[in-house]
Amino acid sequence: MSEQQNTEYEKYYVPEQSKLPFIGSIGLLLTAFGAGHAVQGGSLSWVLYIGLAVLVYMLSTWWSSTIRESRDGLYSAQMSRSFRQGMIWFITSEVMFFAAFFGALFYVRVLVMEWLGGSSNNAATHDFLYPDWIPGWPMTTTPGELNGGYPTWEAMGAWGLPAINTAILLFSSFTLTIAHHALIEKNRQTLILFTAITALLGAIFLMLQVEEYIHAYQEMGLTLGSGIYGSTFFMLTGFHGLHVTVGTIFLIVMTLRCAKGHFTPKDHFAYEAGAWYWHFVDVVWVFLFIFVYIL
Amino acid sequence: MADHKPTGISRWLFTTNHKDIGTMYLVFSFIMFLIGGGMAMVIRAELFQPGLQFVEPNFFNQMTTLHGLIMVFGAVMPATVGLANWLIPMMIGAPDMALPRMNNWSFWILPAAFGLLLSSLFMEGGAPNFGWTFYAPLSTTYGPPSTDFFIFGVHLMGISSIMGAINVIVTVFNMRAPGMTLMKMPLFVWTWLITAFLLVMVMPVLAGAVTMMLTDRHFGTSFFDAAGGGDPVLFQHVFWFFGHPEVYIMILPAFGIASAIIPTFARKKLFGYSSMVYATASIAFLSFIVWAHHMFTVGMPVQGELFFMIATMLIAVPTGVKVFNWIATMWQGSITYETPMLYALAFVILFTIGGFSGVMLAMTPVDWQYHDTYFVVAHFHYVLFPGAIFGTMAAVYYWLPKWTGRMYDEKLAKVHFWLSIIFVNLTFFPMHFSGLAGMQRRVPDYAIMYSDFNMLSSIGAFGLGLMQLLFAWILIKACILKKGEKATDQVWEGAEGLEFTHMPSPAPYHTFDTPPKID
Repeated sequence: MSEQQNTEYEKYYVPEQSKLPFIGSIGLLLTAFGAGHAVQGGSLSWVLYIGLAVLVYMLSTWWSSTIRESRDGLYSAQMSRSFRQGMIWFITSEVMFFAAFFGALFYVRVLVMEWLGGSSNNAATHDFLYPDWIPGWPMTTTPGELNGGYPTWEAMGAWGLPAINTAILLFSSFTLTIAHHALIEKNRQTLILFTAITALLGAIFLMLQVEEYIHAYQEMGLTLGSGIYGSTFFMLTGFHGLHVTVGTIFLIVMTLRCAKGHFTPKDHFAYEAGAWYWHFVDVVWVFLFIFVYIL
Repeated sequence: MADHKPTGISRWLFTTNHKDIGTMYLVFSFIMFLIGGGMAMVIRAELFQPGLQFVEPNFFNQMTTLHGLIMVFGAVMPATVGLANWLIPMMIGAPDMALPRMNNWSFWILPAAFGLLLSSLFMEGGAPNFGWTFYAPLSTTYGPPSTDFFIFGVHLMGISSIMGAINVIVTVFNMRAPGMTLMKMPLFVWTWLITAFLLVMVMPVLAGAVTMMLTDRHFGTSFFDAAGGGDPVLFQHVFWFFGHPEVYIMILPAFGIASAIIPTFARKKLFGYSSMVYATASIAFLSFIVWAHHMFTVGMPVQGELFFMIATMLIAVPTGVKVFNWIATMWQGSITYETPMLYALAFVILFTIGGFSGVMLAMTPVDWQYHDTYFVVAHFHYVLFPGAIFGTMAAVYYWLPKWTGRMYDEKLAKVHFWLSIIFVNLTFFPMHFSGLAGMQRRVPDYAIMYSDFNMLSSIGAFGLGLMQLLFAWILIKACILKKGEKATDQVWEGAEGLEFTHMPSPAPYHTFDTPPKID
């Protein structure tokens, strides 16, 4: 702290007025309004797509203007710290979003399942409501009647596609680190090549996950409606997949920016943010693989 | 940079100025406060007498639901965010918030979110009617169609809060003037920093809860359905994991405000500054491990009930530290009683009453009796109205002269204060008794034995509602009609802090383009 006090003061960049945040709010309003109609199958569902289009337009304009400002040298070291810290807290909030779903999974597996099976003081629950149901994880049928039937399904094993996907994601963290080192060592060929490889691995991961979902729906009878097992399985892996998609787009943009020579060994916040995000997605997957697939 | 101020509507729509954004937050929250208050008037009118008078039970439920949601997310939270926007950069010597454009986005999401929420009143099937806690299955299986718009509205509020909170954290960590070390920051900055941390941690969990609701409603999942292996109680766990820190999100900024105002008017330094910081941090930490005290009657294992009871009572320790420090600050001070000080004092006393009833509710066996009665309503209104809202009002009276350059009408403000004090107690104190006698919350009708207490509460509530119109008038007079004497730069004799010592009144549009030196 005391060292910083003596450094010369650099002007903090406070941007001029901007239309983008307001446009973004209109985009979010249309998205939310349209989504409300879409889930109900209403005739105004199309508003959702307009809202999303506005959001995509707004965010891409916003980010391209920050890239321009960064290229114009408007960002001081202090500004760069603001971005870094902002990204870290954003990832923290993402972690907590996943924590809600992991929490649901643990609560159900450790407590609810046993209670529905009659443990503790819940014998009556089991005997009167769900006498034929035997608790056990992975759950392959529901305790009670769901949507007018008793669905059954196969549980998703860990050692087929999911294990391959785990290897792909872990390997992608490795390639990304090589790229990051190359950036610091000014080795541009390696940087571009390995960032592109990382993005490609992300895309392969996504394709395999789609493959896995198709297999689950068509051959295993495992759907979102497969009781709490299907709910937690698809919501956790689905939201993770969504984050991989975002991360992959992030990495593709970073590849292009590397090719344009936007980054220097000292100043490459966007690249680091992308890398952090990717590692976060990777770590979430490790937890998923352990708690959703293996255990 | 000259003190250039853009004009016209675009100044507000496209601004990146923390003061403009702070003003918009405060105005928005006051409008929401009046709308939510109007709903409270409907509730109290219906409860004036036993029997059904004015509204259908279903509409009554919509009113209690929207009243809660609007007051929590639309009035109290944006008010403190507005104060944070106005004050934090000035208090730490920063030119603006760290991420000014995102700051404006955080604000402009709110009108969208609340427009969506309020529009649900006019939808087929009416607005959400399951209480502000939207327990499953009331909100999943039995929720009206407008529930989906409510869900997406909550998503928007969450996005807004998370972006706002990230902005505050980054501003505090990265934008302090040279020499403004963490332990020199005004306590308001500290309490807001911790509030922002809580927001980042729990708003995503709320987003998770409503997302599970959404998929349960429309995509066949069974998170909250025991037939599919889920559990409606799971909803309560996820909700209250958000919901309990949320109550500290609402009250911590008020703690910071009291810690700013009391030393000024007692003309003494705040007693026990560092213990205040540690107490706030302890409260925040404890707030993560007490959530199930809202669920004592749901049928938890007894170990759970015990743990959550003890953890909850622990919160009284750091809270007691704070109350002690406020009182010790006043001890042997030369106190004067301007309106901000009156509100701060009322805050300390009445918030403590709410704290005490909180300790009562924390005791599991006792809570089995109190749960979902008007005693709970009395408790949380004591911590929210004379707590969070009086805190905000104290802040508005205290900093308004700095913002506008003019004093408010002190006489009217004192009338506002004294009548508010009478009416707030008249409204909420009798609820303790009707609750202890067994009156259920969220029911439009009640047994005749509760009539007297309810009539008192309703009279108090109408008075309290009127008082807020007086508050509006005081603000209009000071801010728009610009009547009132000019404020000095220091505003209050004993005021300290960069906003009082380092800039004129009114504060210029841009402050601290070059940071001040702090020794």
